[in-house]
Amino acid sequence: MKLQVLLIAGCLLAVARLFAPQDSTATSPNVRNGETAKAAFAEAYKVFMHPRCVNCHPAGDSPLRGEDSRPHTGLRLRRGADGQGVFTLKCTNCHQAQNQQGLHMPPGAPNVLGDGSLDLTTPRWHLPSAQTPMIFQGRSAARLCRQLQDPKQNGGLTAEQLIHHVSNDPLVLWGWNPGEGRTTPPISHDQFVESIKQWLDNGGACPK
Amino acid sequence: MKSFTFILNGKSTTVEVDPDKPLLWVLREDLGLTGTKYGCGMAICGCCTVHLDGDAVRSCVTPISRVTGKRVTTIEGLSKDLSHPVQRAWMEIQVPQCGYCQPGQMMSAACLLAQNPKPSDSDIADAMSGNLCRCGTYQRVRNAIHRAADIAGKQGVKS
Repeated sequence: MKLQVLLIAGCLLAVARLFAPQDSTATSPNVRNGETAKAAFAEAYKVFMHPRCVNCHPAGDSPLRGEDSRPHTGLRLRRGADGQGVFTLKCTNCHQAQNQQGLHMPPGAPNVLGDGSLDLTTPRWHLPSAQTPMIFQGRSAARLCRQLQDPKQNGGLTAEQLIHHVSNDPLVLWGWNPGEGRTTPPISHDQFVESIKQWLDNGGACPK
Repeated sequence: MKSFTFILNGKSTTVEVDPDKPLLWVLREDLGLTGTKYGCGMAICGCCTVHLDGDAVRSCVTPISRVTGKRVTTIEGLSKDLSHPVQRAWMEIQVPQCGYCQPGQMMSAACLLAQNPKPSDSDIADAMSGNLCRCGTYQRVRNAIHRAADIAGKQGVKS
């Protein structure tokens, strides 16, 4: 009799467990990391979609400007094979190694030398190359997430190099120091870098 | 104040100025080369265009610190005897109206032809879109660039 009671109780417990609501902390590490990665990318995506980033990652062949990402004033600018512009209209013909003072003045950022140090007198302003245009404009979070991890679409960057790029590239950093009259992305640069690290450290899962 | 040395119209030139001083004002105020004009002061109109290592930069926003060790060519240095194909074509076609923007127009035209010796109308429209002319000489500018390309081609002269 005692044995029967114990068996019935055991079965009831097993059935109860089967239908109990799942505790999220009890799921597999991979699933948990996947959700963390997606949440981190969603945070970073806010930055990618900000005009400071989109304007030089356009869907077309010309850079954009302003808070509404409109075509660049009057000029018939083109990306060119290397992203530096063409003929008389190269980016660094107007954009210098630092922001020009005053409203509506050309923004700028310094170049990086081979040893990683900054060349404060040579400008770096450019678009991504024609071969790897790194389009942000109009990209869904899912598509941009895959694009950023695809070496064929991200310029051959590894995860480590991607983190280094968003942490140190003067053009990325410029987004948080864009000069008078320009807004900055909705989270700080430190938060942006941290969200990229979290996304990649947790497997780089992409939203659907 | 700091010392900066660069090659100006083929000659080594040294100036002692503030590192942030725009090249335009170094040319006009410190070196007396007033052919390069001040227009908008914000890199929009193209009046102040000069060549920096062959590129058509806007001298009004180019700090002198960027120019160290580089080659600068102004409208005064395009040729010594008005023989540059752009100068010859400009005179032949009588491009200028008031003339104020023309040094910048000519420097951009010379830069275009150096990279594209036989530009199409579309190439010219692209390349010259950064040089504004309140007199509206755009058609004559385009014709003169085609003419300069012909002159350079016939004489085997590099624009």
